[in-house]
Amino acid sequence: MELWYSEKHTENVELSIRVNRQLYSAQSEFQRIDVFESPEFGRFLTLDGFMMLTERDEFIYHEMMAHVPLAVHPDPKTILVIGAGDGGVLRELGKYPGIERMDLVEIDPQVVAVCKEFLPQTACGFDDPRVRVYHQDGLKFVRACADEYDLIIVDSTDPFGPGEGLFTKEFYGNCFKALKADGLMINQHESPFYEADALAMKRAHARIVKSFPISRVYQAHIPTYPSGHWLFGFSSKKYHPIRDLKSAQWKALGIQTRYYNTNLHRGAFYLPNYVESILKECEDDE
Amino acid sequence: MDQHRAPVHEALQTFKTMRVVPFDVPGHKRGKGNPELLDFLGEKCLAVDVNSMKPLDNLCHPTGVIREAELLAADAFGAADAFFMVGGTTSSVQAMILSAVARNDKIILPRNVHRSVINALILCGATPVYINPQTHEQLGISLGMRLEDVKQTVLQNPDAKAILINNPTYYGICSNLAEITALAHAHGMLVLADEAHGTHFYFGENLPLSAMAAGADMAAVSMHKSGGSLTQSSLLLCGTGVNSAYVRQVINLAQTTSGSYLLMASLDISRRNLALHGRQTFNAVTRLTDYARTEINQIGDYYAYGSDLINGDSIFNFDVTKLSVNTLNVGLAGIEVYDLLRDEYDIQIEFGDLGNFLAYISLGDNQKNIERLISALSEIRRIYKKDKASLMKHEYINPQVLMPPQQAFYAPKRSVALEDSVGSVCCDFVMCYPPGIPILAPGERVTGDIVDYIRYAKEKGCSLTGSEDMAVNRLNIWKEGD
Repeated sequence: MELWYSEKHTENVELSIRVNRQLYSAQSEFQRIDVFESPEFGRFLTLDGFMMLTERDEFIYHEMMAHVPLAVHPDPKTILVIGAGDGGVLRELGKYPGIERMDLVEIDPQVVAVCKEFLPQTACGFDDPRVRVYHQDGLKFVRACADEYDLIIVDSTDPFGPGEGLFTKEFYGNCFKALKADGLMINQHESPFYEADALAMKRAHARIVKSFPISRVYQAHIPTYPSGHWLFGFSSKKYHPIRDLKSAQWKALGIQTRYYNTNLHRGAFYLPNYVESILKECEDDE
Repeated sequence: MDQHRAPVHEALQTFKTMRVVPFDVPGHKRGKGNPELLDFLGEKCLAVDVNSMKPLDNLCHPTGVIREAELLAADAFGAADAFFMVGGTTSSVQAMILSAVARNDKIILPRNVHRSVINALILCGATPVYINPQTHEQLGISLGMRLEDVKQTVLQNPDAKAILINNPTYYGICSNLAEITALAHAHGMLVLADEAHGTHFYFGENLPLSAMAAGADMAAVSMHKSGGSLTQSSLLLCGTGVNSAYVRQVINLAQTTSGSYLLMASLDISRRNLALHGRQTFNAVTRLTDYARTEINQIGDYYAYGSDLINGDSIFNFDVTKLSVNTLNVGLAGIEVYDLLRDEYDIQIEFGDLGNFLAYISLGDNQKNIERLISALSEIRRIYKKDKASLMKHEYINPQVLMPPQQAFYAPKRSVALEDSVGSVCCDFVMCYPPGIPILAPGERVTGDIVDYIRYAKEKGCSLTGSEDMAVNRLNIWKEGD
């Protein structure tokens, strides 16, 4: 018997992963949640059938979401994480002693419960005493905040389904309002390669550009995401992602990483021509 | 009756399985003759875009499944009879008026009627007697009829044949329907309800009284608004006091003989859904709207009004499923917020006027989208807030009806510049949005006040519609002597 998990990356492309067994499957109030165990990628979590993370490659995504802004912001103390019910971003943030408070807003409590049970590799992030968890709509949560956070990390699902509200202009605008005068926002920015993903990425970028004075995009290589080429948004009220990078200060923290380093930080902001031209298109429309 | 049934829907399902060879209209023959349309609308849709035939009944003379479906609808709405309408609620309103009044009969109605009502008067030749619907000073919206005003008008016009009532207005305002109905019946007048915005009153809990429950004689119900059916489908309901066989004859005067089965099936399926699940559905809609109202009021400056407006008379009740919001303290016109929501946030709402906007919340909405609307409003305030906007004054101008609308509409007329029309009989219809109230109907005297108001409304950016000259720089007036 062969058991495979398959995800359509486009109508004509699929990624398939051989599965040893299914550990969990349930429909929550918001989405279908599944956890599988595979020989190649270890355990992995899917929501509505879409790959969220695997034990094997999650470090890339989570390190790039957490360390890039924290090597730029000189003194981040309060951080808001939206989505990220697996705890991976929290685990990376937990490595910084200077952080005082990490608020996590995940709409679906069942995702957190499932990750705590089956994915301790990332869910260990919830053990940090500085973490406060809120189960509510991210859009609603930020609406009530003003001038409160140094950093907001938006670890959303795709813009179809529960994460849809996190790709809107009203959400980015509310994040701007929730940030302090030198605050930063990092967001999952989809992929430039396949047409449907590229469209989502363009729409997101066009909306962010309107909301923040500095909005740049950086990239990473994530094997289990469509095309493997993934983008992140770096939006900022004050700090520039490269000019304000504090390499020496970051290195002095002695944080262990497997993917991120400060040379790669700079390099990640240098994008392929075709991606640059897509982004420029959005910016010119402004 | 068994509200689980949907006779038109069931007959169409059966019909599809018969694989009947079509040598009748429509000529697209289940879409095969029009591949592009088939591709666009889909096979499921075009397979039931069919003509009247024995197993599917005939809308003009229904004796089979359409009749059964109409009787089920009557039962669901607590009416004595019901008609499936395929020409929009405009056709329901017109059939209702044409059934109730004839040439030179009087009909009492609030001035803020839908234009279809005045158009119906042009068709049938009846004479309108208008009641001042009152205007809310702070919000600038027209309200309901005061009971005392209706009493006065009834006593002054004992020969009137009918009273028309908006239940509710576009903004969700209800008059004292039960008392007005009792008053009208005590004076031998029919009660007609324009329930274009009130389908849900028949199914929800703690909502304003529906026309049939109040004992009204006829009601035009926009199923395609809160009822969930396809655009252009509607219901005309009859109480026990009207001869519904005659109403059918009146409907057939102007109704198509090729009634769309897509529209009729949508009425049938939606009625079943409302009858079986309406209560839960509208409880959910009310919860969403209440939530949105509370959150929007917390943003600051916006005023999302609700039952707090109720004053026991001109605002006898309020439809809490309507999310009407006043924007003047944000320093923006309702129409500006309406445009910003669409252009900047990809959110389309129902309408905006000078001081208010209305977001239509229905059985198709969810929490996620409500959060988007609230957040976008919060952003609009943060980014675009200006000093408090001054409200346009809506002085109610009492119309002077000199002849029935029909007579004026068909009279010999001449076109004159707006300023030269003072004193003459208008042959045009002039509607002003906002506040969505007719300024002039055919047969009314043009006064200096009216001309001033038209100029003022234009300056304020109101949209003026209805006259032959679309810019309303000229008016058609009655050519005396001819």
